[in-house]
Amino acid sequence: MIPLEHYLVVSAILFSLGLLGVLTRKNAINVLMSIELIFNSANINLVAFSRFSSSDFSGQIFAVFVIVIAASEAAVALAIVLSLYRIMSNVNLDEATALKG
Amino acid sequence: MEDLATQIIFYVFAGLVVASAALVVLGPNLVHSAFALLATFFGVAVFYVLLGADFLAGAQVLIYVGGILILLLFGVMLTHRIYGADLRTETIQFWPGLAVSAAVLATLVGIIYSTPWRHMGFATFEGPTTASIGELFMDEYILPFEAASVLLLMALIGAAMIVRRRSDL
Repeated sequence: MIPLEHYLVVSAILFSLGLLGVLTRKNAINVLMSIELIFNSANINLVAFSRFSSSDFSGQIFAVFVIVIAASEAAVALAIVLSLYRIMSNVNLDEATALKG
Repeated sequence: MEDLATQIIFYVFAGLVVASAALVVLGPNLVHSAFALLATFFGVAVFYVLLGADFLAGAQVLIYVGGILILLLFGVMLTHRIYGADLRTETIQFWPGLAVSAAVLATLVGIIYSTPWRHMGFATFEGPTTASIGELFMDEYILPFEAASVLLLMALIGAAMIVRRRSDL
């Protein structure tokens, strides 16, 4: 049996890698991929806690809702990225400064 | 014996997940990152199987690999000239970002190992989890379920609104 802590550590590593990607990548689509990594790390935590703490499925239900949120987030964010590309003809986030004061 | 096999599978796929996630974040080529994300999603699906969440493992493969990853690849191909050299993706503020995420990782691992988790034992489920999850959706979680369906509809309409041409206004 794998101890709970090992699942949590893998999830923490995944979260930190996603955070690194969000903080350092210039490309908007790469930032989206990093956000998906963070969603997945949260999901591993939810399912692991559900497995190790109780006999009902609340954690798995929460994970299903996280997947739903991730799907709608990806759709809307890619729509924003595509219209950004139409305006700027690239998707570098550090050049998207039209709202800067 | 079965326990040993489970452990080997877990650690092999943990290595796969971490390595492919690192490639997603650190790799220089955007298309390679997208395909490394495929390996990460499959590895997480294997974790769900090991944790007895068979419905979630299926949903992970169907939605993440079949939906979100394809959507991301569409995004990559629509926003870059594939035959040009500009699929390279650059980083800014790499060392400060690395310091912040290493600090977050150290904090999280410290908290994980210093917390006395109250183990209630390894819950044993019999058979597929799909029926129980479906009953919970239709019974206890009916309101969040309906809210999620409205959210999906809103995301669909919103995405179509955002990408349409401005001359249609």
